[in-house]
Amino acid sequence: MTGSGLAAMLLRRLLLGLLTLLLVSLVVFAATQLLPGDVATAILGRTATPARIAALRAALHLNHAPLAQYGLWILGLLHGDLGNSLVTGKPILSDIAGRLYNSSLLVIITAVISLPIAVIAGLAAAVRHDRATDIALSTVALALSALPEFVIGIALIIVSSLAAPHVLPMVSLVQPGHSPLQTPRVLVLPLLTLTLVVFPYVFRMMRGSMIDVLESDYIEMARLKGVSPHRLLIVHALPSALPPTIQAIALTLAYLAGGIVVVEYVFGYAGIGEGIVSAVGTRDLPEIQDFTLILAAVYVCLNIIADVCTVLLTPKLRTRRA
Amino acid sequence: MTMSDVNSTVQAHAGIVVEDLQVVTAQGAAPIVRGISFAVTPGSILGLVGESGSGKTTAGLALLAHARPGLKIAAGRVSIGGVSMLNLSARELRTMRGREITYVPQDPATALHPGLRLRTQLAECLRNPADATDERLHRLLEDVGLPDPARILSAFPHELSGGQQQRIAIAMAFAPQPQAILMDEPTTALDVTTQTRVLHLVRAMAQQHRTAIVYVSHDLAVVAALADQVAVMYAGEIVEAGTAAQVLERRLHPYTGALLRAVPDPDQALVLKGLSGHAPDPAHRPPGCAFAARCDLAEDACRLAPPADLVAEPGHVVRCRRMGQTAISRPQAMAQPILSQPQAAPLLTLSGLGAWHGRQVLHDIAIDIAGGRCTAVVGESGSGKTTLARCIAGLHAHWTGDIRLNGAPLRPSAGQRSREQLRRIQYVFQNPYASLNPRQTIGQSLLVAGRHLRGSKAISRSEILAALASVGLPHRAADAFPGQLSGGQRQRAAIARGLICQPDLLVCDEITSALDVSIQATIVELLLRLQQQRGLSMLFVAHNIGLVRSIAQDIIVLQAGRIVESGPTQVVLSAPKAKETARLMQDAPRFAAGLQVAPARHIAPMVV
Repeated sequence: MTGSGLAAMLLRRLLLGLLTLLLVSLVVFAATQLLPGDVATAILGRTATPARIAALRAALHLNHAPLAQYGLWILGLLHGDLGNSLVTGKPILSDIAGRLYNSSLLVIITAVISLPIAVIAGLAAAVRHDRATDIALSTVALALSALPEFVIGIALIIVSSLAAPHVLPMVSLVQPGHSPLQTPRVLVLPLLTLTLVVFPYVFRMMRGSMIDVLESDYIEMARLKGVSPHRLLIVHALPSALPPTIQAIALTLAYLAGGIVVVEYVFGYAGIGEGIVSAVGTRDLPEIQDFTLILAAVYVCLNIIADVCTVLLTPKLRTRRA
Repeated sequence: MTMSDVNSTVQAHAGIVVEDLQVVTAQGAAPIVRGISFAVTPGSILGLVGESGSGKTTAGLALLAHARPGLKIAAGRVSIGGVSMLNLSARELRTMRGREITYVPQDPATALHPGLRLRTQLAECLRNPADATDERLHRLLEDVGLPDPARILSAFPHELSGGQQQRIAIAMAFAPQPQAILMDEPTTALDVTTQTRVLHLVRAMAQQHRTAIVYVSHDLAVVAALADQVAVMYAGEIVEAGTAAQVLERRLHPYTGALLRAVPDPDQALVLKGLSGHAPDPAHRPPGCAFAARCDLAEDACRLAPPADLVAEPGHVVRCRRMGQTAISRPQAMAQPILSQPQAAPLLTLSGLGAWHGRQVLHDIAIDIAGGRCTAVVGESGSGKTTLARCIAGLHAHWTGDIRLNGAPLRPSAGQRSREQLRRIQYVFQNPYASLNPRQTIGQSLLVAGRHLRGSKAISRSEILAALASVGLPHRAADAFPGQLSGGQRQRAAIARGLICQPDLLVCDEITSALDVSIQATIVELLLRLQQQRGLSMLFVAHNIGLVRSIAQDIIVLQAGRIVESGPTQVVLSAPKAKETARLMQDAPRFAAGLQVAPARHIAPMVV
């Protein structure tokens, strides 16, 4: 194993990631071009005079050729200028920064709570394969994975408002410029929803890969060597069962980053997801483009991190045959 | 068990004692292994012999009080060094496993942990892992003849060769200086030369450390060379047991006799006889003798009641009611090795052939392969046998030189060759479990091959059935999926897939190495018959010299990618000119001469 080998792989993956983002930006730009309706008309309303519409189009560079518009956008991005919102006219950066913070908070707290629970539950179920613990956990996980997140979210709202009215807010409104942590109560229901959404995937992957590992020849060999149960589980089995789970976790976190759209919308939580929904509603093209690109960047980063972890845990991937 | 009990039995029962062992399926309680008893004294080796499914591995694992998922040990007694294994607590069991009894797995490639360095894995095997000094670990590796211990200790399993992995597994088994070791076919994956080295090692270490060893194997030649005692298993029972000489020489049970008629001999061409049919399913064993249905000597009484153990002579027990009443036929030498005359022009001409797998693996191969004959390619692993076969079939395209089929040059890769050329050379792969499409019936597999290579002409169902019949498969096999067939049947189907293309040359790449010896013999019978009936030419890649002797008329000996000797098989093997040929002959396991490490000693009386 050479450190330079890993560094080279990391560099290659980063370059590929940048290429991926470039392609995503092209696709996103092309897609927004195809959106029906004229932005200026959408902003000014149908009663606007043609002169005003023309003036706005000019201000928004909408008269440039599409390629030039794309170039202006990318050039801006490279300078850290995400452009201005068409609707508010304010720089998108300030809007995104707040939303990004809110969403990250939600995702990170969800991950910190649910991933350890799911991994440990998966381990427990695998060790007690086909026994009561396993059957109970697996049934719960299966039921949860069959429910879409908005159903879970709405169900939680109903349950909490009926069982304990006024304890938890049904809508998680956050004042602009304030952190959700100042009013932690607003986070409870969205977090619970996301935790329940995330749990089954990670749990099932952990359980499945751990069962495979526990049935492998080398675990049988370790048992026949008289290795203690504790060492068997932690030293022999867990490192082999983790790589598939890490991939599942990365996908889940990536899903969280994008998939919170629905949950944020259900709870009216001012994050990236809710931002995208409202940007689409108002035809705010620069915002749609920037939001989408940010989500894509999160996907790319998470995948690179997961792959590096997998390589680190799998000697075969990081050593060559001598 | 109290301590005084332990002490009193330790002396009486050092080594391994198994009494009336029964292992059943966890659900249906169908007996997989029943009524097994044997004893192995310190320093001696018991060969537990049987075909796939005979229960030999299941019986062996019970020595460690271990049953594979779906099985459970239902009854019996297993004692290792006087400690009864089957009623220990989990904690007590852990102190026995890996200390007093260790295990050498069949396939170290999967049984060594892929993610732990060998230092960690080896250190775990010591009685006290804290003792794992470099010096200690290095000595363990040196004991099994592994060079450069420092490098190996810091390596992961995948960085070693199969032979090195196998030695590591053996070093791990001997590391705690156990009283007993279970070895489950530990040399199956090795070429003969490495195998001989490993067997010598096992023998020497058993005597040096006074270890009792149970050696599970389907390879009778290996067992003959290694074991002091032999127990032959069939359908979950021991049908014959005694000293190696008693069982292998006198062979009083018809099944032992049948097995031994299937074993090839490197020193002479034998008529190999396969064993037709298959062992009864554990859930539906007949009331009488389990072997009766396949036994030439069975009479009605055999089918009615289970046979009892008869003592042929002290220590030699046979579970056959007709023991001594009938003669078990012996292997026959081939009357006159089949020698069809070579055709005037060779079928295949190779000249200046060099092939590359990164580095050059074949050098300047020049040879004519005669039509209508079977030409064997032998050599140790890594000598380039399979690469040669794959170049000829166009499966390995990275070669230079000249290969001509009836004088017409062949392009390097199959994709560049004409359909006619592809049709004329057919390939049968080593592993029948992987070479047939699991989602297609055998009939569909044959149809695809035939249709594709014989042009648009439709292949009729009767032609498919005829191809299957010619390899001894019933009509219903056409509608079976590979998963529904046994290993031997799958390999027959793979051969039929080649035959339906009406090839001139059938390239057989180690096609029997994944099969039991009795199945191997039936495949050899089949190929010889096809050769005689159809004048089929064959290129037979193998590492088993005895097998080659019984099937091939011509032989090519490869060493490090070069032909070191070639000619008629019987001539080459009887009077080897090349050192490599002589070495392969010398290393080939055979019955006549056991390993000359030490005479068989410490033979315990059988517990019956």
